[in-house]
Amino acid sequence: MQHHQDIPSARGSLALSRRGFLVSAAATAGAFTLGFTVPEAGEAFAQSATPEVNAWVVIQPDETVIIRIARAEMGQGSLTGLAQLVAEELECDWDRVRFELVKPGENQRRDRVWQDMSTGGSRAIRGSHDYVRMGGAAARMMLVQAAADIWGVPASECSVSKGTITHAASGRSTTYGAMAEAAARQTAPTEIALKDPKDWTIAGQPVKRLDTMDKLDGSLVYGMDYTMPDMLVAVPMACPVHGGKLVSFDAAAVNGMRGVKHVLRVDDETVAVVADTFWRAKTALESLPVVWDEGENAQVSSASISAYIREGLSAETGFVGNRAGDAAAVLAASGRVVEADYSFPFQNHAPMEVLCATVRWSPERCDVWGPTQVAEAALSAVADAAGLAPENCEIHTMRIGGSFGRRLQTDYIRMAVNIARQVPGTPVKMMWTREEDMAQGRFHPVTHCRLRAALDDDGNVEALHMRIAGQSITASVRPAAMTENGDPVIFQGLVAEGTEGTLAYSFPNLLIDFAMRNPHIRPGYWRGVNLNQNAVYMECFIDEMAHAAGQDPLAFRRKLMASNPKHLAVLEAAASWIGWETAPPEGIHRGIAQIMGFGSYVAAAAEVSVTEGRLRVHRIVAATDPGHVVNPQQVEAQVSGSFAYGLSAVLYGACTVANGRIEQTNFDTYNVMRLEDMPVVEVIPMPSGGFWGGVGEPTIAVAGPAVLNAVFAATGKRIRNLPLADFDLTSGS
Amino acid sequence: MAKLNVNGADVDVDVEEDTPLLWVIREHLGLTGTKYGCGVAQCGACTVHIDGVATRSCAMPVNAMTPDQKIVTIEALGTEKPHPVQQAWAELDVAQCGYCQVGMIMTAASLLAQNPDPSDDDIRAEITNICRCGTYPRVLAGVKLAAERMSTDRG
Repeated sequence: MQHHQDIPSARGSLALSRRGFLVSAAATAGAFTLGFTVPEAGEAFAQSATPEVNAWVVIQPDETVIIRIARAEMGQGSLTGLAQLVAEELECDWDRVRFELVKPGENQRRDRVWQDMSTGGSRAIRGSHDYVRMGGAAARMMLVQAAADIWGVPASECSVSKGTITHAASGRSTTYGAMAEAAARQTAPTEIALKDPKDWTIAGQPVKRLDTMDKLDGSLVYGMDYTMPDMLVAVPMACPVHGGKLVSFDAAAVNGMRGVKHVLRVDDETVAVVADTFWRAKTALESLPVVWDEGENAQVSSASISAYIREGLSAETGFVGNRAGDAAAVLAASGRVVEADYSFPFQNHAPMEVLCATVRWSPERCDVWGPTQVAEAALSAVADAAGLAPENCEIHTMRIGGSFGRRLQTDYIRMAVNIARQVPGTPVKMMWTREEDMAQGRFHPVTHCRLRAALDDDGNVEALHMRIAGQSITASVRPAAMTENGDPVIFQGLVAEGTEGTLAYSFPNLLIDFAMRNPHIRPGYWRGVNLNQNAVYMECFIDEMAHAAGQDPLAFRRKLMASNPKHLAVLEAAASWIGWETAPPEGIHRGIAQIMGFGSYVAAAAEVSVTEGRLRVHRIVAATDPGHVVNPQQVEAQVSGSFAYGLSAVLYGACTVANGRIEQTNFDTYNVMRLEDMPVVEVIPMPSGGFWGGVGEPTIAVAGPAVLNAVFAATGKRIRNLPLADFDLTSGS
Repeated sequence: MAKLNVNGADVDVDVEEDTPLLWVIREHLGLTGTKYGCGVAQCGACTVHIDGVATRSCAMPVNAMTPDQKIVTIEALGTEKPHPVQQAWAELDVAQCGYCQVGMIMTAASLLAQNPDPSDDDIRAEITNICRCGTYPRVLAGVKLAAERMSTDRG
């Protein structure tokens, strides 16, 4: 734990800079002048007027408890969950809890006292539950020790409840607010015992989120809303063909347009117009003559990408992810082979808040106000682009208007710094258009899959070969993480061992392998990552095998899952809840799916109808075992939101390529789930303890296959390529 | 120049006449509660009330507005504070990232003003805003709870 003596330097700068100043938004009408404060560069924390007890906890004299949050909050609710874990061990009054966000530069200055700030892979809680609880517990111990010292009694004789410390023997009591300053002078404990989760009273409860109220009245300032005095707005455009280059642009053609201040080369492939407002910058950008060198990728189409990837389906060998026995030999000798080809298209993250960042650069210092899922990596990118040492840079972290993995990459942050560096001293807010966000996404990778199974006369699976071919995110985004043979995360949910995501089924002969084929469209970590396509491939094909064997899809799976009781438990729960063993209502058809991913076991059961070709998903039941549940109502929100996201992709979403560029430009061509089509969602949280799994992503993967299997039950049609909206579901077609 | 009535005040703004109302509200009046999501009237994050009707401001050029039209943004929603829709949203913890929620709330408030007792199907048909976090089930529940409260208040 951080000792208080380390703090003065940080607090000193804070004291000097806690001036704040009033600015008026560029309003022409006085009535609309909006007053708000802009934190000075270098200010560590805006709220913490009193000394911190430790890095995680600040308690103010009025008993307000401020809990510091190092992981990004983009809607997933981990901010509240993490605060619950700290508060649980702190034993404070939950009603008094507030939060503040940690900044990456501050984390660096304090030897990473808040540890990892990156927020992806559903790791915010499962990756930090132990040390944040230790932070809360240490603060409690220091507060109690401070009271005990003043009273001259052993700390062990004192008890704590809701922020009140009591020494029953002498009838004395005090509060955290009164003890905070003395506690800050205590030495941090070295031996900390955490509560047994069965004794939790704050964690594990369906408490309300801490970050709601300013989202309901418009007062929350997102990155898009950030304003500074004399700020300019930049709107960038990169070559629509990924990998293409910016050759030239005719700035003179737009320089005279109202509000336009600069037309800039941002990097090798990007131009930007800087103006006094977004609308003027965007209007000028649309009029700007630009010459691109699109390169040979301009010839690429969805058809050429498919042909290139499908060639990998029959390639001699692949990178092996899971192997048992000799699947190839058994398949070659089998008299009964079931075979199918599937594919999963590009998807855009399309968060509601498009990419943005405000940057103020000077030769001495660079400050960034904006959203990121990887604050520390983004700080490195800022320093690099700014040509400054990291200690002279800071990212003022903000809550994010949805992200889903897009802001795990720092391309847009670097771009914003490249722009501001050309306008020294002036804050520049870079804002993407939705169209730019669609064109320059970091897309869900495209893959195809060929599945071949040998069945015996009783319908038992003797062998399965699953060949995945296509794009590797790792190869593009983190080439250093590639192993000698290939991408280690391509087999999410399909591997034999480990704690992240193991295959539920035991086949006597099995081969799962991967033939990497990377098209030029840049991939990224799209919520659920590789689990999404792997679940569609495996869970739909299991259904196909069950059908070929003439067996019930649940019974067929059960036989293969005997050695994986946790996988089976969630599947049984979802199936039972939807009433699998009883006939569905007239016109309703059911499908099931399960998978393990991000350390959690998840299953879904869906009810659909298809009337005159129109699919309706009426109801979807989810069972999830993440080991521990910190906030059941937020788990419910994540699971239900996962279905909206996952079904958006399966039902409507696909990004296609023509002339080397993504064809979809906005939500009118990239349709997503809306309320009208959202099914009723029923969530069964079933934490079995003993491990910590993620919640934000795994359920997305089972939404698709559960619905696709139900569509088969309804129509007899196997949808093996997405989106489903491209297919005619009318009978007889 | 455009003359507008926003949140009860008459304002003059010096903008090009094709500037969408959204950007006048955000950049010239400094009211950033109204959000940009798509710019093509698809997502509804930019929803404001014009004479009480939920309208997507991102595709509404300012020269299509007349000075007598009453524009209300989230910052001035409702006579009762918070508005019953906002109360219901808080009670049910509807928001996730929150970015689209202002538009959702403005749409819901307008719907309830015109249809105080909407059916599930009415709500599903009328609220076409996009939420990528997938808050839809709680949005539906939130509108119903607000309708119930407003009906009780009317006695």
